Amino acid sequence: MTPRLTRRRFIKSVIFSGAALSTGAGFYLTSAQTRQAGAVERLVSLNINGRTRRVDVMPQETLAYTLRYKLGLTGTKIGCNRGECGSCTVTISDVTHYACSTLTHSVKDKAVMTVEGLRAEDGTLHAVQAAFIAELSPQCGFCTPGQIMSAVALLKTNPRPTRDEARQALSGNLCRCGAYDHYLNGVMRASGQLS
Amino acid sequence: MAGYDNMPDMELYQPVQIDDALALAARLAERGWLVGGGQDTYGWIKDRAKRPEALIDLNGIESLRGIRETEDGIEIGALTTLTELATNPIVNERYSLLSKAASVVASPQIRNAGTVGGNLVQDVRCWYYRRGLDCYRAGGNLCYADTPEAQNREHAIFEASRCVAVTPSDTGPALVALEAQMVITSANGTRVVPAESFFVGPEINIVKTTVLREGEILTAVRIPAKWANAEFYHEKVADRNVWDFALVSIAGALRIEGGNIVESSIVCGAVQCTPRRLTSVERAIQGQPRNEATATLVAGMASQGASPLNQNGFKIPLMDNLVTKLLTA
Repeated sequence: MTPRLTRRRFIKSVIFSGAALSTGAGFYLTSAQTRQAGAVERLVSLNINGRTRRVDVMPQETLAYTLRYKLGLTGTKIGCNRGECGSCTVTISDVTHYACSTLTHSVKDKAVMTVEGLRAEDGTLHAVQAAFIAELSPQCGFCTPGQIMSAVALLKTNPRPTRDEARQALSGNLCRCGAYDHYLNGVMRASGQLS
Repeated sequence: MAGYDNMPDMELYQPVQIDDALALAARLAERGWLVGGGQDTYGWIKDRAKRPEALIDLNGIESLRGIRETEDGIEIGALTTLTELATNPIVNERYSLLSKAASVVASPQIRNAGTVGGNLVQDVRCWYYRRGLDCYRAGGNLCYADTPEAQNREHAIFEASRCVAVTPSDTGPALVALEAQMVITSANGTRVVPAESFFVGPEINIVKTTVLREGEILTAVRIPAKWANAEFYHEKVADRNVWDFALVSIAGALRIEGGNIVESSIVCGAVQCTPRRLTSVERAIQGQPRNEATATLVAGMASQGASPLNQNGFKIPLMDNLVTKLLTA
């Protein structure tokens, strides 16, 4: 099957070519500058969705920026960019974090999981993703990747949460459509408590 | 305010030994910025309201993590996350006041990243100051929050001195109530400061909220056995249950023997720049039972001497009602 040129594919290819250019430029700049003794190396290995990725990372770069603009993993959304909305939620060692408020350099030896990494090899969706579709959880969908990551992290430690526990676990993710109850229905379905 | 996605260019250091971190902190002094969870840090820098030249990321220093039992109580490493504090069995069993306070900070994700050290030394949330205005706290010579048309619903009702910002910390009042000790380390050695004198108001230092000096790192918090398994009460009143900072919070520890309160330690957050210990209330309830009659006896005592701003007069009854709730819970 020939891949159709969708809007998403087009945007992604633009991001990738941009990333390639900026990475090259950044690399040139660092090698030209003298790095302060003891300061971090820019070229790092990251463990993203089970794959090792070599990336040129600025010292002050946030994980949300690296994921979206260096690795093309645009499933992680940037909403407020201040840790106040939750749309950039990813898991780091199975614990939820705001990627906008995490330095990429601080996750060098940790397993980062984004919404792109949840799908199985054969394309089967994660139970939470399937349940969110079945329950029509998202409305506009912008906060959905973050809601999914929070729900996935919850079910990992608490496979049969009560609705209140789910509400607590998803309380760091805003949904401006107000689809909170639909997300909670999704969590209950994903944990097999709603048929 | 201009919305900046990225932080400006900075150096980043990731020491793994406390000695290296102390050497860096001493060398960089005011050009450096210590980062724990970073949840108070990145906003400042993204907004360009503060411009450190280098970040010193303390997260690689394992010795600053975890909760240990000591001869007299427990010691909590400054990098212990708020989630760990809220779920740790020892803290939950003996000092549930602290685990409760940690569990109501901000949001789950922020508690997963945010550290107890960072929660204690975080800067105030006055939005005029955080917007980068040249107020007293920022080195200027006026206060934007204390003018006739200022939005100061969240600000101080006690001990304002030019600056009217309040302490934003949830764990701070709990640790003052538990009479914790702050362990502060620098290249010159270690000093231990009682929680109550760790926080300083604007009359002492208008640009800092703690006694930490350049080159010093808060490395641990020690909680003495004194208040272990006491009767505790904690409540945080905020506009939203998640993310928001307290409008007023109360943290209290009570020792009750023979039906009467023999000793108590009651602290309010978000009413002044430091956690406010309610010593007059503590004295008045000593020897009294924990009940409605005692609550009536001390009604209005907590807020005595308050001088509210235009929009925060509601904090006076709120504070008094929280004392009543503590005594009748």
